[in-house]
Amino acid sequence: MADQTKHPEPGRSNPNRFDPSRAAPMLLSHGHAGWLGLEYCGHGADWVELKLPWREDLLGEDDHEVLASGPIISLMDMASGLCIWTKMGGFNAIATLDLRVDYQRPARERAAVFGHAECYRLTRSAAFVRGFAHDGDPDDPVAHIAGVFMSIGGDPRNV
Amino acid sequence: MSDAGKAGLTPYARSLGITVHDEEHGAPVLMFDFGGEVEGRPGHLHGGATSGLLETAAYAILRNELARLGRKHRLKPINITVQFLSAGKQRPTYAKGRITKLGRRNANIAVEAWQDDRDRPIATAIMNIFMTDEDR
Repeated sequence: MADQTKHPEPGRSNPNRFDPSRAAPMLLSHGHAGWLGLEYCGHGADWVELKLPWREDLLGEDDHEVLASGPIISLMDMASGLCIWTKMGGFNAIATLDLRVDYQRPARERAAVFGHAECYRLTRSAAFVRGFAHDGDPDDPVAHIAGVFMSIGGDPRNV
Repeated sequence: MSDAGKAGLTPYARSLGITVHDEEHGAPVLMFDFGGEVEGRPGHLHGGATSGLLETAAYAILRNELARLGRKHRLKPINITVQFLSAGKQRPTYAKGRITKLGRRNANIAVEAWQDDRDRPIATAIMNIFMTDEDR
């Protein structure tokens, strides 16, 4: 189908352009992200939202059915990477330099957590990301994050 | 891995394969082996898994110290800032925390994670934790 829109969404205009909705199933199916069961939820030109499903073996305490904070860091790190590739329009090797997570409150019992990350600035060498995690209502986040990522295109051995 | 090595760890930490490797002057040294659960880009540690190990080590030393002092609290994370210094390889990863401030209501903890060479950490973190009354 021909794309007639004047402002096509990322991924629609160029089949080679990085499209998180198509790349996510592959990127999230193995390794740590696969173990956590991360799922793609949505994206825009510079943001991606992923879901971390609730799971009994990811709890932060034995007697509380609340997801631990550790998996939320992973969720936000992964959403950050995807939003950077989305804004770059391509899949380039990047490394997390610095990631800060401020926890506003615990997630609700048995609630999945959603991670929304936005790449607000991209330079030749660095990508700056901010984002938040929520458990259903984006206006009542469980955490906010800020991160800096580095492009490692040339020689990943030096990272 | 023996259950004893997982005592006091959260369901998440046990599930990720974190165990207590050693204890040095009251500071637990935690570790996990390399495997699919902690892999990011092929052959390397995922930053999120490393962060989970750092955070677990921060809680472990704080719980140890509070137990030593006979204090009972529910711990709530305020924030964590992680610095990633080098890519984690397909090797065991260790982490140990140090309490930089222990107050009545909050604690500040510095944590380092390393693989082969302890003097070259692969990641460090600073974590602030609130300590509330246990029944709250």
